[in-house]
Amino acid sequence: MNANAPILPILIPLLAALLQMVSGRLAFQRAVGLLATALLLLATGWLTLLADDGVLRVYALGDWPAPFGIVLVVDRLAAGMTLLTAVLGFLVLLYASAGFDEEGLHFHPLFQFQLLGLVGAFLTGDLFNLFVFFEIMLLASYVLLAHGGGLARTRAGITYVVLNLVGSALFLIALGLLYGTLGTLNLADLARVLALPGHDQALARLAFALLIAVFALKAGLLPLSFWLPHTYSAAGAPVAALFAIMTKVGIVAILRVQAIALAPVMPDLLDNWLTTLALATVAFAALGALAAPRLKSLAAWLVLLSAGTLLLTPAQASAGVSAAALYYLVQSTLAGAALFLLTGIIAEQRGKAADQFMAGPPLPSVWLKVAFLVLATTLAALPPFSGFIGKLMLLTSMRDVAAGTAVWVVVLTAGFVVMAALARDGCYLIWKHRAAAQPLVVEPIGWQRVTATLLLVAAGPLLAVLARPLSDYTMRAAEQLHAPGAYVTGVLRPGAANNGREAKP
Amino acid sequence: MEVLLSIAIGVLTACGVFLILRARTFPVLLGLTLLSYAVNLFLFASGRLRIDAPPLIRAGARYADPLPQALVLTAIVIGFGMTAYLAILALRGLSESGADHVDARQEP
Repeated sequence: MNANAPILPILIPLLAALLQMVSGRLAFQRAVGLLATALLLLATGWLTLLADDGVLRVYALGDWPAPFGIVLVVDRLAAGMTLLTAVLGFLVLLYASAGFDEEGLHFHPLFQFQLLGLVGAFLTGDLFNLFVFFEIMLLASYVLLAHGGGLARTRAGITYVVLNLVGSALFLIALGLLYGTLGTLNLADLARVLALPGHDQALARLAFALLIAVFALKAGLLPLSFWLPHTYSAAGAPVAALFAIMTKVGIVAILRVQAIALAPVMPDLLDNWLTTLALATVAFAALGALAAPRLKSLAAWLVLLSAGTLLLTPAQASAGVSAAALYYLVQSTLAGAALFLLTGIIAEQRGKAADQFMAGPPLPSVWLKVAFLVLATTLAALPPFSGFIGKLMLLTSMRDVAAGTAVWVVVLTAGFVVMAALARDGCYLIWKHRAAAQPLVVEPIGWQRVTATLLLVAAGPLLAVLARPLSDYTMRAAEQLHAPGAYVTGVLRPGAANNGREAKP
Repeated sequence: MEVLLSIAIGVLTACGVFLILRARTFPVLLGLTLLSYAVNLFLFASGRLRIDAPPLIRAGARYADPLPQALVLTAIVIGFGMTAYLAILALRGLSESGADHVDARQEP
C-alpha cells in the first residue's frame, strides 16, 4: 500500500470526476466531490507524513524505469504542496457547494480535474508530463473562469486563454529544444546529461530560459503579469480562491528546475534579471492594490504581490531562503484564498454596492467584520499573525544576499502601501454607511460558506501558533530540494537503497 | 530537407505571431492554430529527420526516434481541444458584446 501512495492523489480526483459525469444530479455530484476531496486530504496528509522520512519516493508508472518511463517523484516539497492543494480544494469546494455550483453546468467534474492538474504538476518528475498536467489544470481553469457567465468573465477568459495558449506553445518549443539537444525530458536525467560535455551549451541555455519564461508567465512575473489582476477579479469567488494556488505552481516549478538542473551547471541563468523583475512586480502589485476599486480586485493584486515576493527567492539558490519562501507560500496562499471567499460573502450583504469601496448598507454580522480584521492583519503582514512571521523569516533569510538592501526597501515599502490600502478599504466596507441605512435583508449565508471562510481566515492565527513545526518542515523540505545529487541518484537508480519501493512493510 | 522544414516552421511562426497580435478574435484564433502547427513540426524535428525510417527498432534496420512523434500526438490533441474551447469562448464574447474584439468591449 505504501508503495502506491504517490499515485493516490492523482487517482482520487480523476475517479471522482469520472463518477460525477455519470449523473448530472447536483446533490450526487456534491456528495462525491466533497467525499473525494476529503479522501484527497487524507491521502496527501498521509503522503506528507511518509515523505517526512527524507526518502525520495519514485513511482514508475507502468514500472518502466526512470529515463524511459514517466515517474512521479515525491519529496517533502511535492508532498507538502499536494497537502496544501487538498486543504484549499476541500474548503473551496465546501464553499462552492452552498449555491455557487448551481450557476452553470459541470462545476464539480471540472473542479476535480483542476485539482488533478495541480496535484500532478507538483508530483511529476518529467517535464513533458509537467506540460500535460499544466494543460489539464489550465483547461479546467478556462471553463471554471467562465463559470457563472457574464461579459466580464468572457472578456477576461479570452485574454487568459490566448495568453496561456501562447505560453503552451513556448513550453513545447522549450521541450523540443531540450529533447533535441539533451535527448531526454526527465528532470533528473536532464540534470545528469547537462553536467556531461558534448552537447550544445547555448541551445540548452536557451531552452531553459524559455522554460523559466513560461513558468514566470504562470507565476505572474512583471512583464507577463498584466493578465492576472483582471482575470482573478472577474472569476467567481470560489474559483478565484482556487486560482490563488495556480501562480504557486509556476513558482514551485521554477524553484525545482533551478535547484535540480540549473544550480549545478548554469547557476548564472537566473541571476540579476529574475530578482529585479520580481522587485518590479512587488512594486507594481502594491500600486495596483492601492488603486483597486473593489475588494475582489484588491485580493487579485495581493495574490500578485505574494507571487512577486516569492519570485525573489529562486535566484538566491539557498536552502535558508527557500525554506522561508515555502512558509510564506503556504500562508499567503491560504490568506489570499480566504480574502476571495470573504469577498464573495461581503458582496452579497451589501446589495448594489457589492464589494466596491463606496458607502453602502452596513454589514449585518459582527463575525464578518472580525474576520475581515484578522485577515487584513494577516495580509498586511502585521503582528501577531502568520503574514508577519512569513515576511519576517523571508526578510531575515535575504539579509545577506547580493540584492538584500533593495529587497528590504521594496518589500517593506510595498507592505506599508498595502497596509494603508487595506485600512482605507476596510473603513469603506465596515464603517462608512449611507445615512440611516439599514442592513439589507438577504438570504442567510449557508453554513458551508461560513465554515469554509472562517477556517481559511483562522489559518492566519493557526499558522502563527504552528510556525515552529511548519518552518521546521519547510527547512527540511528546502534542504532536500537543494540536494540535486541525491535527487538525480534517487530517480535514476531505482535499485539503490533509498528507493520508495524498498520501504514495503 | 532540413532547410525546407526550417523555412516552413519559420514562415508558420511568423504568420502565427502576426495574426495573434491582431485585435479581433478570429485572426487570433487562426494565428494560434498556425503557431501550434509550427510548434508541432518543431517538436517533430527535435528527434532529427530521417527518410524511410519507421519508428520501430528491428535488427539492422534504420529507425526514427518514436518519442517526438508521441509528444507531437499529445500536443496536437491538447492544442485541438484548447482551440475549440477558444472558438466557443470567442463566439460567446461576440454574442454577449456584439463585437469580435479580443477585449470584447461593448461597441458604442
